[in-house]
Amino acid sequence: MKNNKAKKIIPPHPMEALLRSERLPHIWCAGCGIGTVFSSVIAAVQKSGFDPDKTAVVSGIGCTARMAGYIRLDSFHTTHGRAIAFATGLKLARPEIKVLVISGDGDLLAIGGNHFIHAARRNIDITVICVNNLNYGMTGGQMAPSTPFGAKTTSSVSGCPEEPFNFCYLASACGSVYVARWTTLHTRRITNSITEAMQKRGFTFVEILTPCPTSFGRRNRMGTALETLKFYHERSVIRNDIDPKDAPVDFSSNIVVGKFVDTERPTFMDNYQFVCKNDIGVWPDFNGTAMPESQTTR
Amino acid sequence: MHFMNGDYACCEGALAAGCRFFAGYPITPATEVAERMSRRLPELGGIYIQMEDELGSMAAVLGASWGGVKSMTSTSGPGFSLMMENIGLGICTETPCVVCNVQRAGPSTGLPTLVGQGDMMQARWGSHGHYEIIALAPSSPQEMFDFTIRAFNLSEKYRIPVIIMADEVVGHMTERVMIPPEKEIKLIERRKPKVPPGNYLPYHPDRDWVTPMANCGDGYRIHITGLTHDERGYPGMDEETQAQMVNRLIQKIVSNADDIIRTENIYLDDAEVVVVAYGISARSAKQAVREARANGLRAGLIKLETVWPFPEDMIRDVAARVRALIMPEINAGQMVLELQRCAGGACPVHLVSHLGGSIIHPRTILDAIENAATSKVRLKNKKTHVKRVSRQSARRR
Amino acid sequence: MKYWRKPLDLENIKASRGKVIIIEDRCKGCGFCVEYCPRNVLCMSPAFNLKGYHTPAVTDESKCVNCHFCEALCPEFAIYSIETTETT
Repeated sequence: MKNNKAKKIIPPHPMEALLRSERLPHIWCAGCGIGTVFSSVIAAVQKSGFDPDKTAVVSGIGCTARMAGYIRLDSFHTTHGRAIAFATGLKLARPEIKVLVISGDGDLLAIGGNHFIHAARRNIDITVICVNNLNYGMTGGQMAPSTPFGAKTTSSVSGCPEEPFNFCYLASACGSVYVARWTTLHTRRITNSITEAMQKRGFTFVEILTPCPTSFGRRNRMGTALETLKFYHERSVIRNDIDPKDAPVDFSSNIVVGKFVDTERPTFMDNYQFVCKNDIGVWPDFNGTAMPESQTTR
Repeated sequence: MHFMNGDYACCEGALAAGCRFFAGYPITPATEVAERMSRRLPELGGIYIQMEDELGSMAAVLGASWGGVKSMTSTSGPGFSLMMENIGLGICTETPCVVCNVQRAGPSTGLPTLVGQGDMMQARWGSHGHYEIIALAPSSPQEMFDFTIRAFNLSEKYRIPVIIMADEVVGHMTERVMIPPEKEIKLIERRKPKVPPGNYLPYHPDRDWVTPMANCGDGYRIHITGLTHDERGYPGMDEETQAQMVNRLIQKIVSNADDIIRTENIYLDDAEVVVVAYGISARSAKQAVREARANGLRAGLIKLETVWPFPEDMIRDVAARVRALIMPEINAGQMVLELQRCAGGACPVHLVSHLGGSIIHPRTILDAIENAATSKVRLKNKKTHVKRVSRQSARRR
Repeated sequence: MKYWRKPLDLENIKASRGKVIIIEDRCKGCGFCVEYCPRNVLCMSPAFNLKGYHTPAVTDESKCVNCHFCEALCPEFAIYSIETTETT
């Protein structure tokens, strides 16, 4: 019962401090999974303990990339596919900044594929969050490297003729030190994964499957966003610590999610500083001058 | 006093200007800039990264600049074409950085090891959309050093990518370079915001059209986007925002053109035939003008140190009182189009050119000067007395 | 809550209670919160907001245990729960 004497102050949304509320409601469709991912990202930023003034978000172009415009951190909405390259420059110039790259599957792994594999190889200390909605949503629903074989999109009306990537396998093969995949239904696990990925040194990768009711779902009989979520609920199986090669996104059987890879490797800056300061002898006979694991410090 | 090649001088100029980040990709004839950077930057606490392609290089340079570090890249024709989208991003987001384009003969792969000057219009119009750019054209290793420092100063002052339009001969020639002591080199840093984070608008310019720049990590929680944006940095999808943003980008350069444009004028005061040149062609032109003077012809030279923005007012003034303008360039006529436009029919404009592969011989320019000096061709509207053209207050775009 | 025997520390332990707050104008009617609330506290109401979307409504607030799942799942930041000390 409301006490009429004391004015009841409704506390704001707990994530209000990290939202650019003046720009809400955002542009994403009703039921779009990106909104949930956004919520998990903010929760992860709050949970990870990093200073928000020293956390930056870099994105490319696309639906997911618009997240940079709604999050109240230093955020950079750059050109299509170049988010990871921009983030590389930003991180190397200001190593104390925690850099998150949040973008879509087409942006990061099609046009940006080259930058992705090299940043993973170099082990640049950034956290890449790939929101996978199985198509190019912003431009109306064209096929992407993640579109399942046979799926209908606006640029593959008879069915997609290409087989998709297994992004986690790709990331792991390129040398990413942390690889995980979840669906938007696993909100808390996404938050935990992103928190772990942020706290880990090196190139970390989290892939999140989201419903895209307007572009993909509509053309592939996946129903509303809620029905897609229920589909993910039924079909996803959590298998942690398996080889990502054995974790395909197979819509006919099971969608394997989980935390697949969690290793350690010297980052680009570790290696760069090591090589520039020390005389590492004649290649390939380093013999004892190769950098031991103990030299990797925070 | 050092003896070094143009590419190395460019690198040393950048380091003297405070550049501590280089992201590049090897390409002839600009590879030496990257090589020297990879050796020198670790000594100064900077970082050299060789990206996987030029697209990534330009993006990384922009990222590092937003991290607060002066950054540059170097490339040539094919790489310059690849960098265009991100140069456009740098212009739209008003990011200070320097791109050195050591031109070679094109188009496409062209002649990788031989000179050309065919990217001049690309420097101005290469990226999509309408904008203004600053481009400098050094013509010697000493100028590579000096102009790179100036390029950094201009980029920081005006928050714009500055392009150094060198060419293969200037990049690969080895000459004396005088490097002054550190305290004699004047550097300009980007303007910092004076207001607290709550009141800061990332794109609200000061009176000279330049906005103070808050770097990433300074606590300002900026949002930077390549979409058309308003003063808060937020995307705005209407004509008014577009007009406001593009106008700011254009006015920033146009209204400060007097500060940006620099030329070196030789024998200009009483010249009858004026040669307007840039880059390595200016060296040939200097020789030709000296010989012409020795032969009694009243020739003069305007060496363009800044090619963009183009010195329109100066050319208009000069065209009104000379017999002819001559431009030597190693392309089929690019900057000569600007020259013709600015001369406006007040005097004939001649192009001395060839398509690439070697420099223009001073003899060819001297022949053109002699022809122009003795030519009986008169244009219909040419006034026979010298008349000062009134300075135009509004620059037409 | 019904117990088959009375726990010894029933007086000490209090189940958390929550109050659901809905920012109606942000809602886009996706229905995630209604579907996935573990305590079935919400339902889609016939009322709609400025944009024409049907918003959720709280059916039985006493069942809310402040698990914040609606808050975590909502794509629009339109619903959240806060701790409340009201007891049934």
